Amino acid sequence: MGMTITEKILAAHAGLDHVTPGDLISAKVDVALGNDITAPIAIKRFRDAGAEKVFDKDRVILVPDHFVPNKDIQSAMQVKTVREFAREQGLTYFFDGGEMGVEHAILPEKGLVLPGDLVIGADSHTCTYGGLGAFSTGVGSTDLAAAMITGEVWLRVPEAMKFVFTGELSPWVEGKDLILYLIGDIGVDGALYRSMEFTGPVIDKLSVEGRMTMANMAIEAGGKNGIIAPDALTEEYVSGRAVREYQFYQSDADAEYAEVREYDVSTIEPQVAFPHLPENTRGISEVGDVPIDQVVIGSCTNGRIEDMRSAAAILKGHRADKNVRLIIIPTTPHIYRTAMEEGLFEIFMDAGAVISPPTCGPCLGGHMGILAQGERAVATTNRNFVGRMGHPESEVYLSNPAVAAASAILGKIAGPAEVVGS
Amino acid sequence: MEITGKVWRFGDDVDTDLIIPARYLNTSDPAELAKHCMEDADPEFAGRVSPGDIIVAGKNFGCGSSREHAPIAIKAAGLACVIAKSFARIFYRNSFNMGLPILECPDTDLFEAGKALTVNFDTGEIMLVGDDTRFSSKPIPPFMQELVQSGGLMQHIRKRLGGSDQ
Repeated sequence: MGMTITEKILAAHAGLDHVTPGDLISAKVDVALGNDITAPIAIKRFRDAGAEKVFDKDRVILVPDHFVPNKDIQSAMQVKTVREFAREQGLTYFFDGGEMGVEHAILPEKGLVLPGDLVIGADSHTCTYGGLGAFSTGVGSTDLAAAMITGEVWLRVPEAMKFVFTGELSPWVEGKDLILYLIGDIGVDGALYRSMEFTGPVIDKLSVEGRMTMANMAIEAGGKNGIIAPDALTEEYVSGRAVREYQFYQSDADAEYAEVREYDVSTIEPQVAFPHLPENTRGISEVGDVPIDQVVIGSCTNGRIEDMRSAAAILKGHRADKNVRLIIIPTTPHIYRTAMEEGLFEIFMDAGAVISPPTCGPCLGGHMGILAQGERAVATTNRNFVGRMGHPESEVYLSNPAVAAASAILGKIAGPAEVVGS
Repeated sequence: MEITGKVWRFGDDVDTDLIIPARYLNTSDPAELAKHCMEDADPEFAGRVSPGDIIVAGKNFGCGSSREHAPIAIKAAGLACVIAKSFARIFYRNSFNMGLPILECPDTDLFEAGKALTVNFDTGEIMLVGDDTRFSSKPIPPFMQELVQSGGLMQHIRKRLGGSDQ
C-alpha cells in the first residue's frame, strides 16, 4: 500500500520506511517555533527540565508577534523573557523590532520552512507551511520545550482526508473562500485528528500564497495538518529563499484515504463566516444587510502581498464608510515595503485606512483594534469565536481581502462586485 | 484513582478563547489564568467552581489555539477533569502533556449541571451519584498512559537528559 505525502514526510523524519495511520512515532523536527505567548511557558519548561542548550540554534525560531511592540508592562515582561533566551542561546533566527513579522508569514518568506520539512510550532496556525508541501502542525508549549531540547517530537500518524477542487474560479473567489467553503461543509471538527490534503486542477493553479491561506485554516476544521503537494510554483517560490536543502514529496496513487471529497468551485461565490464559528459560512449573496464598525485586513491567513494587492484593487479611488475603521496590516517588513513601493499605501491612506506595523494583535483581541460591546468587524483573519477580537458581545465575520475591502467602503458586509462591478 | 465532583455543563465546540481569553495571555501565572477560566462563557464560573468539580461538554472541546494556558487555567481553577464527547487535537495533547485528566464519553448529554459524578481514571468508568447507571469512556491509548505514568512529557525528557526522576 502506498503512502500519502504526509505519511512519507513523517516516515522519513522518523527513520522508517513505512508508517500507517495510528502509529506512534518519534520524529526529528526541522524547525521548532514559538511566539511571545507560547515561548515563555516553553522556556520555563526547558529550564525546569534542567536543559542548558537548544538542540540546534538554527532550528529553534522565536518570533514575538502577538503583543509587540509591547502593549503593556506584563507583555513587555513576557517578551523580555523571550528576548533574553534568544540572546543567551544565540538563536540565529529571532525577529524583533523592525525585523519582526507575523510568524507564519515571515518563516516562509525567509526560506526557513521548506517543502518536505517537519515543523512544529507552539501556535495552532503552524499548519500554514503545508502550503509549501511541508508537514507542519501546532503543539503546546510543553511539546515545544521538548523539541527545543531533543530536536524530536512524538506524533500519532493521522488518517488522511483528500479534498479535490475542480472547475473554474469565479471572479474574487480566492484560496480563503475555498477553505471557508470546505469548513462550512465538514464543520469545525470535520477533520478532527486527521491530515487534510488539498488537490485538483484548481489547487494546481492557485498561488503559493493562496495555498498557504488554505493550509493555515486546516486547524479550523480540527485537522492535524493541511498539505498541498509541491510543484513548479512551489519551486519558483522557494528557490532563492531556501536556507537549507529541501525535498518534494507526492502522495502515491494507491495511498489510502479515510475520506475523499470533491468540490466543483464553479458554483462557489465569495464566502463569509458568520459568528461565532468558522463553519457558519454563507455565500456573499446570502449575507443580507449587516452593518459593520471595523475591517481588519491582515493576519497569518491573509496579510501577504497578494492580499494587499487584492484589497487595493477594490479600495482604489474609494473611501471607507465614515462609520467604519479600516485597519490594514502587512505581515512582514518586506511585504510592508513592497506594498509601499507599489503605491498601495497611497490607495490605503486615501481610503482612510490605518496602516499598522506587522502584528497578530487584533486577530486575537490582543491590541491594535479591539472591538467594543455590540460592535461588528469583517476580518481576513481565521477565527470568529466569542470575544475573539474584544468584547464577548462583539462579532467577527471572516472573509477574503476583497470582500473585507468592499465591506469597508459600503459600511456593511458586501461583495467586491458591488464596488467594482462584475 | 477515583474522584467524585459536581458537574459544570457546557455545549459543543468550547474553544480556547472561551476557556481563557487572549486578553489575559500577557501572563502565564496559573493563579491569574484560573481567575478568568471560562469567563466569556460564564463570567461567574471561576468564582463559584469548587476544587474537584468536573467540566462536562459536547463535541470538539478545546478547539482553536495551541495555548497551553487553556488546560493550565482549568487545572489551576481546581477542576478534577474534563469529560467531553470529543476533544480538539492540540488541547487533547496539551492536557496529557501536563497531566490534566480528560475523558471522551459519548453520553455527556445525560450528565446534568450541579449533579455529582464519580469517575474512575483507571477503568474510564463514569457513574451518576445516586443512580446505578454506569457509563464508559474511551480507553486512553497505552502510549498516553505511559506518558501520564512517567509524570508527563517533561519528566520523560528529564530521564533522557539523565537528570533525577522527581
